Amino acid sequence: MLATDFMITNHRSEIAKAPTGIPGLDEITHGGLPAGRPTLLAGGPGSGKTLLGVSFLVEGAQRFNEPGVLLTFEEKVDELATDVRSLGYDLHKLCEEKKLLIDYVHVDRAEIEETGEYDLEGLFVRLEHAIKEIGAKRVMLDTIETLFGGLKDTGILRAELRRLFRWLRDRGMTAIITAERGENQFTRQGLEEYVTDAVISLDHRVEDQISTRRIRIVKYRGSTHGTNEYPFLIGRDGINVLPVTSLLLEHDAPAERISTGLPALDGMLGGKGFYRASTVLLTGTAGTGKTTLSAHFVDAACARGEKCLYFLFEESPQQMMRNMASAGIHLKRWVDKGLLTFHAERPNKHGLENHLLEMHHAVETVDPDVVVVDPITNLMTVGSNADVRSMLTRLIDFLKTRGVTAMFASLTSSTQVAETTEALISSLMDSWVLVAADTEGNRRSRKLYVLKSRGMQHSDEVRHFMFTSHGIELLPSEDKTEGAVTVAGRTGKAGRSPARARKGK
Amino acid sequence: MIPTEQYVLRLYVTGMTPRSTRAIKCVRDVCEQHLMGQYDLEIIDVYQTPSRLVQDQIVAIPTLVKCTPAPIRLMVGDMSNRERLLTGLGLPLDD
Repeated sequence: MLATDFMITNHRSEIAKAPTGIPGLDEITHGGLPAGRPTLLAGGPGSGKTLLGVSFLVEGAQRFNEPGVLLTFEEKVDELATDVRSLGYDLHKLCEEKKLLIDYVHVDRAEIEETGEYDLEGLFVRLEHAIKEIGAKRVMLDTIETLFGGLKDTGILRAELRRLFRWLRDRGMTAIITAERGENQFTRQGLEEYVTDAVISLDHRVEDQISTRRIRIVKYRGSTHGTNEYPFLIGRDGINVLPVTSLLLEHDAPAERISTGLPALDGMLGGKGFYRASTVLLTGTAGTGKTTLSAHFVDAACARGEKCLYFLFEESPQQMMRNMASAGIHLKRWVDKGLLTFHAERPNKHGLENHLLEMHHAVETVDPDVVVVDPITNLMTVGSNADVRSMLTRLIDFLKTRGVTAMFASLTSSTQVAETTEALISSLMDSWVLVAADTEGNRRSRKLYVLKSRGMQHSDEVRHFMFTSHGIELLPSEDKTEGAVTVAGRTGKAGRSPARARKGK
Repeated sequence: MIPTEQYVLRLYVTGMTPRSTRAIKCVRDVCEQHLMGQYDLEIIDVYQTPSRLVQDQIVAIPTLVKCTPAPIRLMVGDMSNRERLLTGLGLPLDD
């Protein structure tokens, strides 16, 4: 239909929306659920339907001044209140304040004798009474299909449910109707036939012993929406749909530069170091000095009084600090001053999404200027390539929006060609520094070079370096043409023109 | 069998719709015939007192609730199926 096409392509003519207040969900629905209409929320047992619906009601009541009515068919009020207390919701308090009204509807087939024709007017009157009592704008029915277990006449039930959903629309209620996923049809009772405005599907599956919850907007009449399956988490702050901020490429690209911590390396990067709020990839085989380079970077940032957050996936902070101290980089003083925070975790402890959430959470708590992830490689073992890439994209967007400069150390295996193994993530990075070790004669020789650095002149030279008692020291440049010159000088802003980097060997 | 206990019954209806009127008549007939002098029937119009629906967990209309004697039973429908109504009330079927 023409009208529909127009609506889909033009954001402004989209239907009115009621924000859910659930981080991420309002992004992928481009604003929330259809206001004044019912939305079907389908999922298997334990997929988070009730929690999502309750979040929608609580957020509506607390943040958007839209009181809500919950008709619960399965859980009693106290059980429900206990379940959502872990998300920080106090249902009893909201009920006392008349921002929420919960009616537990109990239908037990064993108690019921059907003696002729009936309708569900009792349910309608209860709902209407509840809506009037608190001036509700939102309604949740959880799970109305339970009625099919209590009453035998499915013909009556279907007709009445159809009438109920129409009734909700007529009253302009933004409603969530939960339903169990069916085997042969989308929901067990085919409710998708009646609720046609929006359909959301929840899914909970376990792959490689890691559980992931996913959400998908199956249908949203009259609106554009994200069509992917998005992971979501039920954490201590409630429900979080990821990505939180990955739909737009709108972050600033500051021209400010920050030091790598090594004057000689700064020299290779146009004399000034990395751009602030850019992303740096640091790759190399084992024992080439990635962590030491990261430590220099962090040490310099802390010395400038900036806050750093260091994610460690391989070592404990104590071990890492001890090792760095032996190389002359003393990080403990920054920890003591509160400038450096470590976040150490085994990567296989959680699924990828949980990691992302943990990292988001840590970044929001610490509010750092600089973030180091060491090594990012360990996260890659947790998910498939596509998952890792999408997770990284989301993380990077999140960090860039916050103006954080991020360094990712990546371990490459010596048998692989370093530059091709990183194809997965390198395009997400603004600068790329490679470290390598060779055996020359009877000693290991270490070298590094800048493979790319968007938006700045950088050196093409491969520089040798040594570990000394005061950290890494680059050996003097053998390049006779002074001033760290690239083949083609490039200027511009980080992250804008993906200037092709040419490797100097 | 002659019931000895007092029957407390509540019938939930929606105004004077044909279905509700039919239910009221059927319930009265059964009570007069089987429970003469032994019953207390309250007829509740849910539009007048919606708050009462919650206490008896009423969803369908009409619904007759047998509060006593135990066990509590809910007879749902226009009560035109006399056999089911009698079963629900725990009364002997007509001959």
